[in-house]
Amino acid sequence: MSLPNKIARREFLKHTGLSGLALILGVSSIHSADAETITRISPCNLPMTGLADLPESYGITPYIIIDPTGRITIINPKPEMGQGTYQSIPALIAEELDVSLDQVTIITSSGQKAIPGQSAGGSSSVRGSYAQLRKVGASAREMLCTAAARQWNVPVGECIAQDAKIVHKPTGKSLGYGDLVATASTLEVPANPTLKDPKDFKILGKSMPRLDIPLKVNGTAVFGIDMEVPGMVYASVERSTVFGSKLVSYDDSATLKVKGVLRTVKAERVLGKIRYEGVAVIAENYWAALKGRKALKVQWDHQGFDSFNTKDYEQHLHELSKTEGLIAHNSGDFDGAMSSAAHPLEAFYETPIVAHATMEPMNCLAHWQEDGKVDIWTSVQGAAIVKRELSEALGVPQDNVTAHISFLGGGFGRRLAADYAVEAATISKAIGKPVKVIWTREDDIQLGPFRPMTFSAMRGAVSADGKAVAFQHKVISPSIAATKSDKYDKTKVDRSMVEGISEQKYEIPNMKNAYVFADIHIPMQYWRSVTSSTLAFAHECFVDEMAVAAGKDPMAFRLDMLTKESDCKRVLTKLKEVSHWDKPLPKGWGRGVAQYEFFAGLAANVIEVSTKKDGGIRIEKIISVIDLGTVVNPDMVKAQTEGAIVMGIIAAVKDGIVFDKGKSIQSNFHNNRMLRINEMPAVEVHILADGGPVIKGVGEPGLPPVAPALANAVFAATGKRIRRLPFDLAKIS
Amino acid sequence: MPSYSLSINNKPVQVDAEPDMPLLWVVRDLLGLKGTKFGCGIAQCGACTVHLAGTAVRSCGLPISAVAGQKITTIEGLTGNHQAELVQKAWIEEQVPQCGYCQSGQIMSAVALLHRNPKPTDADIDMAMQGNICRCGTYDRIRKAIHRAATLQQVPPGSLKKSLTQI
Repeated sequence: MSLPNKIARREFLKHTGLSGLALILGVSSIHSADAETITRISPCNLPMTGLADLPESYGITPYIIIDPTGRITIINPKPEMGQGTYQSIPALIAEELDVSLDQVTIITSSGQKAIPGQSAGGSSSVRGSYAQLRKVGASAREMLCTAAARQWNVPVGECIAQDAKIVHKPTGKSLGYGDLVATASTLEVPANPTLKDPKDFKILGKSMPRLDIPLKVNGTAVFGIDMEVPGMVYASVERSTVFGSKLVSYDDSATLKVKGVLRTVKAERVLGKIRYEGVAVIAENYWAALKGRKALKVQWDHQGFDSFNTKDYEQHLHELSKTEGLIAHNSGDFDGAMSSAAHPLEAFYETPIVAHATMEPMNCLAHWQEDGKVDIWTSVQGAAIVKRELSEALGVPQDNVTAHISFLGGGFGRRLAADYAVEAATISKAIGKPVKVIWTREDDIQLGPFRPMTFSAMRGAVSADGKAVAFQHKVISPSIAATKSDKYDKTKVDRSMVEGISEQKYEIPNMKNAYVFADIHIPMQYWRSVTSSTLAFAHECFVDEMAVAAGKDPMAFRLDMLTKESDCKRVLTKLKEVSHWDKPLPKGWGRGVAQYEFFAGLAANVIEVSTKKDGGIRIEKIISVIDLGTVVNPDMVKAQTEGAIVMGIIAAVKDGIVFDKGKSIQSNFHNNRMLRINEMPAVEVHILADGGPVIKGVGEPGLPPVAPALANAVFAATGKRIRRLPFDLAKIS
Repeated sequence: MPSYSLSINNKPVQVDAEPDMPLLWVVRDLLGLKGTKFGCGIAQCGACTVHLAGTAVRSCGLPISAVAGQKITTIEGLTGNHQAELVQKAWIEEQVPQCGYCQSGQIMSAVALLHRNPKPTDADIDMAMQGNICRCGTYDRIRKAIHRAATLQQVPPGSLKKSLTQI
């Protein structure tokens, strides 16, 4: 079926003056638009090519498409990477539209210019869309009600929306949404539609099943790596594992003898200011590409970067820690309080670089066409990212880029960068064909971008009567932004590298925090809960050290510093209760507590550990309280918090990335280990949600308080203070 | 190029492939069955788990030449097998998957476990499932889903028991 011509469509399209709100009503022929061009499709991305050009033609923001047969399509701007946006974002619209989600087709947006916010990160998807998308749904509902009232010639107040129909209350007669779109599409869009009273919610606030799960238990869910288009070839790219190397020359004579290998071309991966060259082996199938890559002989000029190693870099950070750095926060008289305090103390905390290691390795299917249009099929945390990066790195006009987003096999911040899509595009351009590039796990672990390490120089003081009187958190670390941008300003505090250290609610009268910038040539990236993932460890362990100096119970010491009402106080009070903090533990056990408030939200954890008879520590149980305000899908919040906790444990006790001779020693899951099911502790998640106007993030807050709660528990059980991550649970006694 | 015959999901297939091509890429790229996933390539993560004559194996390290003539089941082949579908049902009821990328492999390992051990203990689950990594951290739910599937499979007792090798 072909698309209707533009003039015919224009009559059906409904514009709105509201920011971020528009409807398409009555367009019936979008759905089959690209059946010919995509051989593999899934419900998450069925008609994406057909939609890509439609809304841009009219410069509108389509979230809802209803056709005369009653078929309802919701456009979801937030890719699904495990965090549940495939359910929770359409739910915001469906609730107000009064349809159930099983009546709706969900499509992930593909970079339409008029749709704002086409990326998922910072635990922002639900909280950032909550008000706006409910309004989108409510406006459509009101237009359908008005249309019905006109059709029946009855007062609009007698019409209500109910389960994809408008019902005339006095008579009980009804019309389906499909019967009403023609009339509805001629109406003005209400500027201020009436939102539902939360007590009438049928979807929001309830643990609803996720719509992507049935697809993920039978192999039908489509990820980026599963995409195929006719005529495509495969590629694997040889890149230097030593960052900063230049490609001198390569010999592909053995490669070209591998059966199935077609040719080799140079590729370029771009991460902000950094351009990495590589040699792409193009083949009929991926295995041949891999074998061909192994047969390549590439000569790199490492330009001295092969002497870089973690040990020396850590020494460099230690030296930098002696400098004052940039003051990030200064309140009271920190120096004065330190010099006069009864119990001054200081400690140094260290965390490692880590890899994201999403289960789906980076991959991208790219097709750079002769007319300059570029189609990208990939797993990425937003179509907007692909368009921006292709434009910035390769000069492709954003309008020429269409990003077809599948399900993501994990994101965790790694897929907020589209370097792998840029690289695939350069290969497709060079060979004039659609090409699917798949990274190996080794590529994924060794080539970054990584979560940066942070070192923390902590100082503090406790008064003679056991009160915290002075506190200092000085962060020494590379900067994520500086590794990507030439415009980084070293004279200003990099707020993303001091995340949360000055925003905790503890009432400490004298506080002076600082940031010491450390240069590095290794590419860095946001990682689930960003810098809070490391700073919370130093911050909340040092608070524990202060509690010990004060001779107080760590929970009581914290609550003593929270005399004013705050979310933090509520969370810790709840955690104290649900963790049975005051109940004695068996001999050899210990429990630790930590909380951390940062851009994404707030959670606090209690972790219980036991010492094993033959040495080592076992994590017994984790009790987490997450503060939300309003909750959209409670079970999903629990799942996300469980996941954040597991990721936090891995970052605390498994492998960091260690550089030697310029490259990462870790390369695959044998030496960049993950938690496995036999190591999984019991996890209990409690949600604090009073239903108020505040709505906080879900995906990240559970993570930062894991490492400090664990280290504090280890101290409680053994008296051994952990100040460096990762640490080996088996080696503590 | 050599040609190999094998049974995939109870259907005879013939593929032309280099002898060292891993079963994973045969299944994904030559046969178009994309439910089996590539995770590590060194049999460390379990994303590529399939059944070889009813036993869970990692297809990323298994050359096609080594499995010629054998019976392979992939995640797609569970459809229609009652016992396996109960495992999938349990997975949905416990809302296990997050990103879902590892879950084909998890389910293949779980189906094989329940086939040889219809009432696994936590220790049995630890043993059978520790080859499957989940980066999203769904382990607690996987454990619950396996116990739930074990219960589902036993009701009604003795009925509909079908050997995996018959799939």
